[in-house]
Amino acid sequence: MRAPLSWIRDFTPVEADARDVAEALDHLGLEVEGIEEPGRELGGVVVARILDVRAHPNADRARLADIDYGIGRITVVCGAPNIVAGMVVAYAPTGATLPGGITLEAKDIRGIVSEGMLCSPTELGLGDDHSGILALPEDTDLGLDVREALELDDVVFDLSITPNRPDAMSIVGIARELAAHFSLPFEVPTPQVVESGAATGDQVSVVVDAPDRCPRYVARVATVTMGESPAWMARRLTLAGMRPISNVVDVTNYVLLERNQPLHAFDLDRLGGKGIRVRLATDGERLTTLDRVERMLTAEDLVICDANDRPQALAGIMGGGDSEVSDTTTAVLIEAAYFDPMGIARSSKRTGLRSESSHRFERGIDPEAVAAGADRCCELLQEVAGAVVAPAPLDVSPDPVERAHITIRTDRVNQLLGLDLVPTAVRDALVPLGIEVEGKGPDFATVAPSWRPDLEREIDLVEEVARRVGLATIPQTLPNVSGQTGGLTPRQRDRRLVADVLVGLGCSEAVSVPLIAPAQLTKLGLPLDGLVEAVNSLRADEAILRPAVLPGLLAAVDRNAAQGLTDLALFEMGHVFRAPTDGALLPDERDGVAVVFAGSVLRRPAEPDRPVDVYDLADTVRALGDALDLASLELVATDVAGFAAGRAASLVLDGVVVGGAGEIAADALDAEVPVVALELDLDALLAGERRDRTFRPLSRFPASNIDLAFVLDERIAAATVLTTLRATGTGLIEAVRVFDEFRSDALGPGRRSLAFAIRYRSPERTLTDDEVGGLRQAAIDAVVTAHDAELRG
Amino acid sequence: MDDAALAAALDLDAARAAIGAAVSIDEIDELRRSLTGKKSLVAAVKVRIKDLPNDRKPVVGAAVKAFTASVTEALDARKTEIERAAAVRRGPALDLTLGTHGRRRGHLHLITQTQRELEDVFVALGYQVAEGPEVEDDWHNFEALNFPPGHPARAMQDTFYVQLGDPEQVVLRTHTSPVQIRVMETQAPPIFSIMPGRVYRNEAPSPRNSSVFHQIEGLAVDRSITFGDLAGTMQAFTTAYFGEGVRSRLLPSYFPFTEPSAEYGVSCPFCAGAGCRVCSHTGWIELGGCGMIDPNVLGNVGIDPEEYSGFAFGFGIERMPMIKYGVQPIKTFFDDDIRFLEQY
Repeated sequence: MRAPLSWIRDFTPVEADARDVAEALDHLGLEVEGIEEPGRELGGVVVARILDVRAHPNADRARLADIDYGIGRITVVCGAPNIVAGMVVAYAPTGATLPGGITLEAKDIRGIVSEGMLCSPTELGLGDDHSGILALPEDTDLGLDVREALELDDVVFDLSITPNRPDAMSIVGIARELAAHFSLPFEVPTPQVVESGAATGDQVSVVVDAPDRCPRYVARVATVTMGESPAWMARRLTLAGMRPISNVVDVTNYVLLERNQPLHAFDLDRLGGKGIRVRLATDGERLTTLDRVERMLTAEDLVICDANDRPQALAGIMGGGDSEVSDTTTAVLIEAAYFDPMGIARSSKRTGLRSESSHRFERGIDPEAVAAGADRCCELLQEVAGAVVAPAPLDVSPDPVERAHITIRTDRVNQLLGLDLVPTAVRDALVPLGIEVEGKGPDFATVAPSWRPDLEREIDLVEEVARRVGLATIPQTLPNVSGQTGGLTPRQRDRRLVADVLVGLGCSEAVSVPLIAPAQLTKLGLPLDGLVEAVNSLRADEAILRPAVLPGLLAAVDRNAAQGLTDLALFEMGHVFRAPTDGALLPDERDGVAVVFAGSVLRRPAEPDRPVDVYDLADTVRALGDALDLASLELVATDVAGFAAGRAASLVLDGVVVGGAGEIAADALDAEVPVVALELDLDALLAGERRDRTFRPLSRFPASNIDLAFVLDERIAAATVLTTLRATGTGLIEAVRVFDEFRSDALGPGRRSLAFAIRYRSPERTLTDDEVGGLRQAAIDAVVTAHDAELRG
Repeated sequence: MDDAALAAALDLDAARAAIGAAVSIDEIDELRRSLTGKKSLVAAVKVRIKDLPNDRKPVVGAAVKAFTASVTEALDARKTEIERAAAVRRGPALDLTLGTHGRRRGHLHLITQTQRELEDVFVALGYQVAEGPEVEDDWHNFEALNFPPGHPARAMQDTFYVQLGDPEQVVLRTHTSPVQIRVMETQAPPIFSIMPGRVYRNEAPSPRNSSVFHQIEGLAVDRSITFGDLAGTMQAFTTAYFGEGVRSRLLPSYFPFTEPSAEYGVSCPFCAGAGCRVCSHTGWIELGGCGMIDPNVLGNVGIDPEEYSGFAFGFGIERMPMIKYGVQPIKTFFDDDIRFLEQY
C-alpha cells in the first residue's frame, strides 16, 4: 500500500516530519518499506511558457526557445523535438538542482550560452519518459515552483500491511491510526451527492440470489461524460502506484484506495435487462474477464450477471469485458458490495486471478461503509465526469454483518503484557481506534468497529493496547526457568559427535536440498518404489524427497568436479524419507548420514598421492564405531544397491544391516575420478548396543608377540579369520591384526596369504614359553581346521 | 708465588673466551690439556702449593680447585654444543613449508556452525532442543497454529504438498512452528524449548529465497509469562549472540499463532545504528517474528489459556551468516562448493 502524505492530510492534520511519521507507522505495525520524496532533489525549477521557438544558427538538432518564466524572459537552447510556442514547461535556470545531485550551470552550446534548460519528465525524476519536454497544464501559473505545480513536495510511504488489517489498506485507515497516535482530530467527510432524475429502482433492478456470499449489494446509477481525470486525481493515483485510465475507472480506483471499498462501474447500456443478479455460477459456465481471458467457472464462484442472467463479472475479483466502460459509455451502474471473504479467497486461488479488489474483499472490508463508498464514488463522478446521479440508491442488505462484542479485563491486559495499567489507560488506548468502550472498568464491554474484522476476542484488544502504549515501553524481564535445566539430549549430543568425528577425519559437511530428481536414484540403480513425492514443485529436479542422503551428496561431488575440484571428502546428515508404513499418514522419516571420498588423497611430499579407496571408508566406520562406543559395527562384503557390483559391503550392527559402503560406479557420476561412499541409517546407528564402559585394569606383565601366516581361499574375509583367532586365546589375546596380504602363482589361483600379528598378555602373571607355544599351536589348529588353511613356513 | 702470578695462572675469563671460541672437539681436547693438563699453568701452581706458607696453602688450594671445576664445566658444555650442532647438520636442510601429509580437518557447514551457536545461547538460558518431522500434516503445520482452511495467512507461505492423505493434507513444513505444537501436545508446562530445523517454501529461487532454508524457533509456556518476558529474552539473546551494545527492537506485526505479534530486529552491528549498506541505511536489521502464543493455539493443544501463557519467536538461520559475513546468494549454502565449505 502506497500512501501519499498529502492524501492522509485530507482526514487528519498530520504536521510531523516525514521521518517521524514513518517511525510512528513502524511502531503502529504498519511497516514502512520505503519513503519516497519525489520532489526532494528538485530546487529552483519553475513554470515557464514558450513564447517562440527559433532555429539555432550553428546546430541542426538544437533550437532556441524564448521563454517567459513569470519574473523574467530568457532564451535557452533546447534539443527536444516536441517544443512549440505556447507550451507550458518546467524551466531549470542556472543554479537550479535536479535529481541525481545535478546543479545547473550556464552552458555554451555551439556558440550560444544557455542559461539553464527545459526539463523532460526523466530530468525531473518523474519516470523514464525522456522522449521530450514535459508539458504542464496551460493554466499553470508562470514562475510557480514546479514542486508545487506538480505537487511533488509530497511524501509517499510504501507500507507493508499485514493480512489482519484490511482497514489499513486505505488512506482513511492509515490516517485513523496516525490521528490516534499523534492525538489529532480525525474526520471522514460524508459525501455530498446531488441527486436528480428517476429513482434508481425505476431504472435498474438488483436481485441477490446468494445472500451468504453477498451480504450487501449497493447499486447507484449515473450518467457520465467519459474523459481523462483531472491532474490532481491522476497524480494521486500515480503516487499510490496506479495508472490513470479514464475518469470513471480512476474514480473507482480512487475510492478503493481512499476508503478500502472496491467498486465496479458497469456500462449501463451494455447490461442486458438493465439490472443485476448476484448468483453462484454453474459448473462450466464461461466469462471473459477484463484481461481478455476466457475463464471457466465452477459452482463455487460467485458471478454478477445482468438481468438477462448473462455473467458480467467474477464477483469481487474482476469485471467482464462485455460491460466494461469505454469511450462511448454514457451511463454507469456503480456496484459497491460486501462479499464473503472466504468465498472470494477460494475463487481467487482457484482461478489464479488476483486484483486490488479481491485482495481487499478476501481480507474483509467494512460492511457498514459500502453505501458511503458508492456515495463517495458518485460525489467524485459529479466532480470529474459531469455525472448526474439518480436518487434513492438500491441497497440490498439481506444479511447484515454483526459487529463483535468483546469484554476486556484490565487485569488480563496487565498479566499478559507485564504492565501495570489503570483501567482508564486501557479505555483511552482503545477509544481513538473507533472501539466503543462502556463503563469505568476494570472490565469493559466493548464493540469493535465495523472496519476491524480482526477484532473478535479479548486477546485482539490486548494487542491493540500493546500497540497503543508502544511495545518499546513494556519493561523487559526474563522468565523464571528455575524448574528446568537447559541442554541437549543424549541423541543430540551423539549427532554432534558423529559430525565432529567426520570433521576430524577430514570430511567437510555438505547441506544439499532434500528434494531431488528421480534420475538421481535410477543412475545409482536405486529403486523408485516407496518414495515420497512433492506434487506441486515448481522445478522438475525437486520432485521427490530423498530416500537416502547419498544421491544429493554425489550431486555435490559432480558440481564440485564441474569447477575442477575433484579431491573431496564430504559428509551430510539429515532426514531421509520413505512412504508411510502401518497405515500412518506421515512418511517414515529418519536421520541418515552419508560420507563420500573422491579423487585423490594428498600424500606429497613424502609419498605420492593415492586415489581414494574403500579403506578410507573402513577408517571412517571404525572411527564412528569407536566414538559411539558401538559394540559391533562391521563391514561385510556383499553387493549393495547404489554401489558398484562386487565393490561394496554392508554395514552390520548388532547383526542388522544399517547401511552400505563401497565404490560408486563410474557411470553414476559425471566426475571422472574414483569415488567411494557410505550411507548409514543414523537412527539405527545411534540405537546400537554400546560397549561396556567398566574400567578394565591394565596388566603390568610383559606381552608375548607372535606372527602367523596362512594360505587360504581368498573368499574367506580377514575378519572371519580374526574372529577364529580371537576365540583361541582364552582371554589372553590383547590384540590381533592383519599385517600382510599377498597373492602369487606359487600360492595358486584363488588363494592368498594372510599374515597376522598376535599379542598375548595375562592380567595376572608372565606367560611362560610353553604357554605361548601352546596358544600359538591352538591358533594354528583353529585356523587350519576352520578355514581349510595351511600354515606358511 | 705472588698474587699477580697466581691470578695470571688462574685467569678464568681468558680461559672461558678460549673455550667459547672453540669450534671442534679437537680444539676442546687441546684446551682441556693446556688449561687443566699436566703441563698447564694450574698444574704448575699445584706443584708449588707445598712450598707456600701454611696460611696461604688452603687459599691457593681452593682457588685452584674452583678454577679447575669452572674450566671443566665450560669445556663440557661447549663440547655438547659442538656435538649437537654436528648432529643436526648430518641430515639435509629442513623445509617444513613443502607441504603436509594431507591429514586435514574438515569443516562443519556454516549452517550447522550457526545453528550450534544459536542452540548453545538458548541452552545456556535454560532451554531444551526439540525436533520434529519435515513432512507434516495440515493440523500441525497450519490448523493448530490458528491458520484455519482458506485463511489468507496461508497464502503468506507458498507450500509444497505431498501426495499422501487427502489433497493438501500433507505438506513439507513451511516453518518450524509445528514442532511447537508437537512439544505442547506431549509435554506439560513449564516448557522452555527451541526448535531448529529445515523448512520448505515452494517459491521460485531468487538471491534471497531458496526452496529450502533453516529456522530456529523458541517456545516458553508457563504460568504468568508476559510480553515483557519475551522482550527481555530477545534482548538477552541479542546481547549473547551479537555482543554488548547491540539493541533489540520489537515492532507490532501479525502472525496467526501469536498475539500480540511483533517483528524482531536488532540495531545494525556494523554501523551501530548509524546506517550502512548492510542495514539498507535504516540502522536496523529485521531478523524474525515473535509474540505471545495465541489463546486459540494453547486451546488447540489442551493448555488452558486462562491458566498459562507463553511466547514464541523464530528466525532464519541462514540470515545470520548472510548478515554477519555477507554470504550471498542464499543458494551458496546448498551448492556445497568445497571452496565455500572450507572458507568457514
